[in-house]
Amino acid sequence: MSQRDQQNPARPLSPHLQIWRWGPHMLVSILHRATGDGMALVGLPLLVWWLGAIASGPEAYATFQSVMGSPLGMLVLVGVSWAFFQHMTSGLRHFVLDIGAGYELDINRMWSVAAPIIGILLTAAFWAAVLLK
Amino acid sequence: MGNGTPIGRVRGLGTAHEGAHHWMQQRFTAIGNLVLMSYLVVSFALLGDFGHASVLKWLTSPIAATAIILLVISVFWHARLGLQVLVEDYMVDAGTKFGLTALLNLAFIGGGAFAIFSVVSIAFGGKA
Repeated sequence: MSQRDQQNPARPLSPHLQIWRWGPHMLVSILHRATGDGMALVGLPLLVWWLGAIASGPEAYATFQSVMGSPLGMLVLVGVSWAFFQHMTSGLRHFVLDIGAGYELDINRMWSVAAPIIGILLTAAFWAAVLLK
Repeated sequence: MGNGTPIGRVRGLGTAHEGAHHWMQQRFTAIGNLVLMSYLVVSFALLGDFGHASVLKWLTSPIAATAIILLVISVFWHARLGLQVLVEDYMVDAGTKFGLTALLNLAFIGGGAFAIFSVVSIAFGGKA
């Protein structure tokens, strides 16, 4: 613990979303955090419910299916799957940045634009594979 | 916090008050997530339907059960690390930070334990 922990309310906070000029780099960064925390708070409870319902038997599983098969439930499932593919593509971008590559302005911008597009395409491909069988 | 060398003067001043351990764990679990979630996504795509019987049949196979147990460990660990950053970044009060981190531990260890128990119970043919 340091003396900086004694918070001074007058101390300025760092500029946030409403201050910065939007660009693809900050969009992909905030999407990474939002989709990750969204999956942690919504996706994981669903995973736990799904596994618990399978283990509890056909009746509990039917309840899960009727709730998640409803239009609202499907919307949540599509949202969670999009969050996963978005988080995966921006996460792969982070792996490349972590090894010190991809910081050239044009390359960095290109993958910032590409990651969300690939994320949406993978989401569409996933649901096509699930539904068109 | 020391006050001698330049690194000693700044060490521990970040929001997390610690070094690279959390960051490395986040990356290692991310690799695990990538492998195991790929398995889950492909399994979902190959599953005939999502009825109880076919999901049960899939999850009773040793490979699927092992993969999903490992997935729960890797994903829950990764998600707990991620939410910890959220708490550290946006919660100013040290007491709130402490309380929310304790809550995260309870929720994620509890949820993960329940999920793993469910898979084990399915694989060993518990109630179903």
